[in-house]
Amino acid sequence: MRLPRALPHRRPIAERLGDWHEVEHTAPDADARAQAGRCMDCGVPFCTNGCPLGNPIPDFAAAVARGRWDLAYQRLAATNDFPDFTGRICPAPCEAACVLALDDAPVTIEATERAIADRAFAEGWVTPIAPARHTGKRVAVVGSGPAGLAAAVQLAERGHGVVIFEASARAGGLLRYGIPDFKLDKSVIDRRLAMLGPIEIVTNAQVGIAPTWTALRDEFDAIVIAIGAQKPRELAIAGRDLDGVIVAMDYLVDQNEALADGRATRFDLRGKHVVILGGGDTGSDCLGTALRQGAAQVTQIELVPPPPIGRNPATPWPAWPIVFRTSSSQEEGGARAFGFRTTGFAGTNGRLSALHGIEVAREAGRLVDVPGTERVMPADAVVLALGFTGANADALIAQLGVKLDGYGNIAVDARYETNITGVFCAGDAQRGASLVVWAIAEGRAAAHHVDSFLAAS
Amino acid sequence: MGNDFRDACGVGFVADIHGRRSRSIVEQGLEILRRLSHRAATGSDPETGDGAGIALQLPEQFLRDEGARLGLELPPNRRFAVGNVFLPPDPGMRVACEQILEAAIDEEGQRVIGWRDVPIDPSVVGPIGRDVMPVFRQVFVRMRRVPPSAWERTLFVIRKLAENRIRERHADPTGYFHVASLSTETIIYKGLLLPARLGEFFLDLKEPALASSIAVVHSRFSTNTFPTWDLAQPFRYIAHNGEINTLRGNANWMQARRSGLRSAKFSGGIERLMPIIVPGKSDSAQFDNMAELLVLGGRSLPHAMMMMIPEAWESGTLADDRASFYRYAASLVEPWDGPAAIVFFDGQLVGATLDRNGLRPARWTITTDDRVILASEAGVIDVPPELVRAKGRLTPGMMFVIDTAEGRIVDDAELKHDVASRFPYRRWLAKNVFHLADLDSAEPPMPLAGDELQARQRAFGYTDEDLELIVAPMAETGKEPVGSMGTDTPLAVLSQHAPNVSAYFHQLFAQVTNPPIDPIREALVMSLETSVGPDGNTFEETPEQCHQLRLRGPIIDSADLAKIRGVREGVFDPVTLSITWPRSYGDGWLAKALGELCKAAVRAIDDGRNILILSDRGVTADRVPIPALLALSAVQQHLVREGIRMQAGLLVETAEVREVHDVALLIGFGAAAVNPYLALDTVSALGLDREKYIHALEDGLLKVMSKMGITTVQSYRGAQMFEAVGIDRDVIEAHFTGTPSRLGGVGLADLETEANARHARGWQGPRELPIGGTYRWRRTGELHKWNPATIATLQDAVRRADATRFAEFERLCDDEERALVTLRGLLDVQYGDPIALDDVEPASSIVKRFVTGAMSFGSISAEAHETLAIGMNRLGARSNSGEGGEELHRFDNERRSAIKQVASGRFGVTAHYLVSADDLQIKIAQGAKPGEGGQLPGAKVDDRIAKVRCSTPGVTLISPPPHHDIYSIEDLAQLIYDLTAVNPRARVSVKLVSEVGVGTIAAGVAKARAGCVVIAGFEGGTGAAPLSSLKRAGLPWELGLAEAQQVLVENRLRDRVRLQVDGGLRTSRDVVIAALLGAEEFGMATASLVATGCVMLRKCHLNTCSVGIATQDPELRTRYTGKPEDVVTYFTFVAEAVRAHLARLGVRSLDEIVGRVDKLRARKRSLGWHAKASKLDLSAILQAPVAPADVPRRFVRAQPWSLDDHVDHRILAGETALPIDNSKRAAGTLLSGELVRKHGAAGLPDGSLTVRFTGSAGQSFGAFLAPGVTLELAGEANDYIGKGLSGGRIVVKPPPGARFVAEDNVIVGNVALYGATAGDLFANGLAGERFAVRNSGARAVVEGVGAHGCEYMTGGVVIVLGAVGKNFAAGMSGGTAYVFDASQTFRASCNVELVELEPLSLDSDVWLVHGLIADHARLTGSARATKLLDNWDHVRPRFIKVMPTEYKRVLEQRRARLLGVA
Repeated sequence: MRLPRALPHRRPIAERLGDWHEVEHTAPDADARAQAGRCMDCGVPFCTNGCPLGNPIPDFAAAVARGRWDLAYQRLAATNDFPDFTGRICPAPCEAACVLALDDAPVTIEATERAIADRAFAEGWVTPIAPARHTGKRVAVVGSGPAGLAAAVQLAERGHGVVIFEASARAGGLLRYGIPDFKLDKSVIDRRLAMLGPIEIVTNAQVGIAPTWTALRDEFDAIVIAIGAQKPRELAIAGRDLDGVIVAMDYLVDQNEALADGRATRFDLRGKHVVILGGGDTGSDCLGTALRQGAAQVTQIELVPPPPIGRNPATPWPAWPIVFRTSSSQEEGGARAFGFRTTGFAGTNGRLSALHGIEVAREAGRLVDVPGTERVMPADAVVLALGFTGANADALIAQLGVKLDGYGNIAVDARYETNITGVFCAGDAQRGASLVVWAIAEGRAAAHHVDSFLAAS
Repeated sequence: MGNDFRDACGVGFVADIHGRRSRSIVEQGLEILRRLSHRAATGSDPETGDGAGIALQLPEQFLRDEGARLGLELPPNRRFAVGNVFLPPDPGMRVACEQILEAAIDEEGQRVIGWRDVPIDPSVVGPIGRDVMPVFRQVFVRMRRVPPSAWERTLFVIRKLAENRIRERHADPTGYFHVASLSTETIIYKGLLLPARLGEFFLDLKEPALASSIAVVHSRFSTNTFPTWDLAQPFRYIAHNGEINTLRGNANWMQARRSGLRSAKFSGGIERLMPIIVPGKSDSAQFDNMAELLVLGGRSLPHAMMMMIPEAWESGTLADDRASFYRYAASLVEPWDGPAAIVFFDGQLVGATLDRNGLRPARWTITTDDRVILASEAGVIDVPPELVRAKGRLTPGMMFVIDTAEGRIVDDAELKHDVASRFPYRRWLAKNVFHLADLDSAEPPMPLAGDELQARQRAFGYTDEDLELIVAPMAETGKEPVGSMGTDTPLAVLSQHAPNVSAYFHQLFAQVTNPPIDPIREALVMSLETSVGPDGNTFEETPEQCHQLRLRGPIIDSADLAKIRGVREGVFDPVTLSITWPRSYGDGWLAKALGELCKAAVRAIDDGRNILILSDRGVTADRVPIPALLALSAVQQHLVREGIRMQAGLLVETAEVREVHDVALLIGFGAAAVNPYLALDTVSALGLDREKYIHALEDGLLKVMSKMGITTVQSYRGAQMFEAVGIDRDVIEAHFTGTPSRLGGVGLADLETEANARHARGWQGPRELPIGGTYRWRRTGELHKWNPATIATLQDAVRRADATRFAEFERLCDDEERALVTLRGLLDVQYGDPIALDDVEPASSIVKRFVTGAMSFGSISAEAHETLAIGMNRLGARSNSGEGGEELHRFDNERRSAIKQVASGRFGVTAHYLVSADDLQIKIAQGAKPGEGGQLPGAKVDDRIAKVRCSTPGVTLISPPPHHDIYSIEDLAQLIYDLTAVNPRARVSVKLVSEVGVGTIAAGVAKARAGCVVIAGFEGGTGAAPLSSLKRAGLPWELGLAEAQQVLVENRLRDRVRLQVDGGLRTSRDVVIAALLGAEEFGMATASLVATGCVMLRKCHLNTCSVGIATQDPELRTRYTGKPEDVVTYFTFVAEAVRAHLARLGVRSLDEIVGRVDKLRARKRSLGWHAKASKLDLSAILQAPVAPADVPRRFVRAQPWSLDDHVDHRILAGETALPIDNSKRAAGTLLSGELVRKHGAAGLPDGSLTVRFTGSAGQSFGAFLAPGVTLELAGEANDYIGKGLSGGRIVVKPPPGARFVAEDNVIVGNVALYGATAGDLFANGLAGERFAVRNSGARAVVEGVGAHGCEYMTGGVVIVLGAVGKNFAAGMSGGTAYVFDASQTFRASCNVELVELEPLSLDSDVWLVHGLIADHARLTGSARATKLLDNWDHVRPRFIKVMPTEYKRVLEQRRARLLGVA
């Protein structure tokens, strides 16, 4: 605790803007042990509570501090199937709940996880799934994002036959296509996929078309829907269809595929004046991507006014604090604007040239325009990173009669089962867009209930 | 334990050495009683005492005269016996009893001469005593046909037969019948009387013809007042002041050796005399039963006493023959362990002895006219100084006998040598006793490792936490792991994690009526040695009686066990009985297995096997283990019932044991030794030290024993010092016979389910150990009341003053629908007839009943401490200083703690501190670690803390387990008296911890005139305690509070005391349930810390608290964010929520629901409740007191207190020369309180006031004496002189005219200068045990001290001009002592663990010592001092300076720093 908090080394900005490699390094052994040693082994570890997976953080931190990496991995792997992912791309609500966060210097839990996971792969402790028994039951998992993978792993470990159906050419879902390489190198996903053992992965499978949901239902003892929440939130304003207004997911997927396939990008923003609408993680990913593509200027706009710097009494510890943050992409460059509502896009010849907007302020909890603050911002590319509104569930509804909830997400009960017996759903598809760590947690939880369901059937 | 009577008292005798019978001896006996009145007690009826009595030689002439008057013809030559018999008042029943007795007399060949009505004056008995008064008649018996040597034995047989038959025939259903005495030698008059009234009640005692050369008297202070005439003392052979801690074990073992008891001396066999130890009577009565049996079986009284209360012989300091005797005797009878001053007598011999620890006082005077007076206090008979030949005291383990037939005093050495040389015990031992080391070694089984080890760890319920927090730290450090804050997890019976059987048992501990012991600093009385093998016939003394295998300690490893298994020496014939059972047997296997096991054990003994090894080594995937504790205890109880238990020793080889509690249970339920093989193999697998692990277990065991005041494993074994929570009564009756289990609970079927569940983890399911979560919150572990949600919600509610959030907090805390944690979770409040909220008393008046728990400044930071105080003061509620004193700047403002604690360390307890309180709380025990002391490590003692604790920065401070001025209930009464004298405006409260019998103790405390009794639950918090204490000692407050309420109401004592409760209270529901169970005041300690920022790191003991509460680190303290407003908000929220409950209950004030237990119901069982919980029977909690409706259920008016007769009033009136006797107690104390109240801590200028006393001063002479006052005493003083001395001066010297040599005679009693902070004491004579214990600043010169001198001292100067007793300077961490070591024996007496011995050479030291001795000579006229000064250069080299090592280092550093700065 006396030791100051120190994050693992980040590569110099100039260097990392020149390539697509990960921004952050895995912490070296000594640093990781020292930082893990900052954990106070609290009698009430709020971090565990802050973590959707309930990771036994003090337990693996203690093991790391003592140099018992094997034990640390064993403990971490018991609650988290993919510390290799969460150690890189989790916003770490655990750290927000750390008792040391009371003094703004929480234990570097996420970096510790990453160090444990990388160590485990390096040492060969991560081995392909080899279930002790086979139940003879078969489960179809639709979607190979973190929720689908977690559910698949848990079910396979329990001895069920698992087939994953993935619409894209490669498995990984949002991990592979939504997250830039500089945050999660795709080799990390590949080495994990290599450990899936008996799990069968069918790529380029357009479930709903071929095979149909009905066919899956006939063929498998249970289905886990983990198709994510892919419907982007739209901005229905003038000029939306101008050339140069693109959706974040299209942009990120394109870049990821281009890198993977060694082809040129469809959306190359080199030399452009780019505006990103949306101040969230996706917006930041777009920002980093645009900077690496060589954009002339990037501005990231957030609709709401800036949150407080430091503490926010409205979100007291150990809750997730809504405060002003700077992501690794944001520290690399670009400008940020807050409290600005985009009212329309302008362009010539069908090509975007500027956006119009007005400043907004919060009054009695609601956002209102501030008269006289209208502005025009020149832009030749706008990326819409406005979030998601639900799953692409049309085929599901049509073929299986699965119901949605009021938010456009797939409705499930406490056991993650949809209104159709034996059809379960986990992750963003039922939760709405959220964190990878939540997806893993739901995948695990749903698998648990699928297992019970299979045992009973 | 298990009986409801505990007493302690005053005891004494007067005897003519030459056996000259006289009337004056009787009168002096009665005078002793009068003078010991303050050591006795009365209950709600001030006229009914707890009991008093006198034992005399049979007054032959008087009885002959009376016989003649009644026409009874007494035979010549004393061939008759007289019995004082208590009979039922109902004439029919009386006649029935008389007939049974007469028949027994006749049957045994004796003849009834006739009966005499004992004349009495009933008007001197109080109404309660009169209600249950028996009829007193004397039976005259003619002795014939047996030789005189068999008379007493015959009379014993007659009495036992009569008692047993009256019981069997229900001739006396209400229990009046009692034979106070039936003897040809002695007669005993006793009853439920005030000590001073005994002589008025029995008119015989006024008869001039009634003469005796011995008078033994006893005045009783019983903790409760269920009136019982027969428990008054003396009993037939003894009068006892103290408490036998091992009573249950002692009684059990006598039962256990039943079949082995043979004696030709008892005609018709012993079986018809059973039970020898009559159950249900007081410990003293049972002690008398045993002593009587030994004496009538052929031993002398002193011999019997040596067997029952042996000296500390194990440490190797005793002469060889004596040690051999004790060792031999240990195989015949277990020590009766506990604080005891015992006076014993038969017709011609009278004597006294003390327990090995010397925990009760006994002072004697020998006169020049050959009388001996011995009593609990000096000065009980006025003896003119010129008639005093010598004065002294009994020392620990010492015996003192007057043989009136021989006409001489037999001293300890001679007496014991005589007994010890009766037989060649040493040779017998050498031949028949084997030591483990002597046995051939044998190959132990291979250590378990890898998968095999892990599977067994899982199967025996190990968790990650067990390894990480328990086993590994023990093996790394050799000590028990320490934790902090309280326990907040479910009771075992509410846990859904299949806890081990040991988790259902809670450790009992000593409080008030007996002291716990410090096993570290007073190690010389502790012993781990144990033995296994068949036990001997108690009556015989032959070499074969001691066939024993001696073990160094009760923990053995597999190599040791292999040796024992293979033993070929002597008569030993071991056998292993497996305690595993085939899993395939299915449901009901456990009951079946236990039955088979017990049968197998009996069969083994029938086959001549005499070491039974119960082993669960055979556990596999297919064989389930019987829980080891259950197996052991079942076998133990079965063999006891069969009467064959003593024919074999029991060993346990089990994988279950991993923590101290597990071992304590196995030993406590009868095992001689335990092999925790799995834990040891686990230690090896972790690469750690097995020896250290064993050491940690043994160390912890000593602590568990000493908590209960038990010093030897031999007497702890089978003593069953546990209470079960949640075990079905049938299981208890069959397998844990006699163990309290007040709530019933799970049966064998449930225990079987849990055994199966644990076993299943071994070979099914995940390979990892379960994570645990018992000591720390874990998501998948046990539920904790303090968890992320409750803590965060409470803090958020308080910070934002958001009542809705607070309601959410209460809901989170109280919701036990899904997972049960507490007993109150099983209760429902019966609401009804609601009234409007506005009609309920305001929150501002409810909050006044709230207190924060005692947390010392030192355990928590100044910021946190003051925040609580300010918050509570703003509310009109009270905060508690804890035991660390309080900084002066806080005394007169809102930073003041209204409750000032007086704990065993007495840190900073000055007169000034005491007068600044509204409430003086005597902490007897702490919920988190009852029976234990504490320690503040030097690193935490900074300048501020040192100042307030009157100690030295950087030097470790030790709080002893007991208060050294409270070894018994009458001592507590004395401390209450002292505190009231110094601050009559404050209420005195006494903090107890819940355990079975706490109600009885509460009654005693009420009778000791406390104003408030605090019942703390075991969930209470702490800054540091061994984990096993945190979890395993003490009971939930619901049980303790209910019991206290019931007993207080039934004894009609409830109206005079308030009841306060604490231990895990958090919400308004907790408060309301506590009130309904009888509490008026409520303590919330942890909750108040959480409200001010505590996040339950449970790191208080490490000084690393990151929120600045439990730390003294200046940097961490800056992180503290708590505010007084948080305190105010939290308590106001609770009070407001309480109001809502009151409105729903339809009452206007909290007072109206106090004790309304009828408003509570066992909660309806709803689905989802754990099956185990539904088996609990809560009637022990929900039972209303058995008392008429008009008996108050709550506090009505304060105790009748009067200090009007206090001697200080005469000083305040201007007198400066006063006579004093032992009934005038705490002289100077009341005066000191007045002075510091007026003048502050500084008191008066030095020499302002001198008061001269002549006589024998009562206890606590000069307690808390203020600066400027000098008390000069010509005479002698009793115990506790200069207690808490606060700057005054006390001078004690022999009276003018005394002819004895002052330096050889005792002049002050035990525990002088306890907790003194400043001032001087000069005593020209010897002092008793524990001189200057925990002194932190006083200076003293004395001519010799008893054992444990300067114990725990942290400051000041003590000069001893003569001999010192054993264990000098134990735990002494500061101050300096100088001892004149004329005989060069000091080194052997000094405990050098913490101190260094140096010559007296530094100039400054020489001047100090010389100067103080000169003062001593001048003030007391000491001859020895004068002689020393006259020969100074010659004697100076023989002074030894005793300097605590740590203290010296700190002083040197300080000096270096000062010089550096200069």
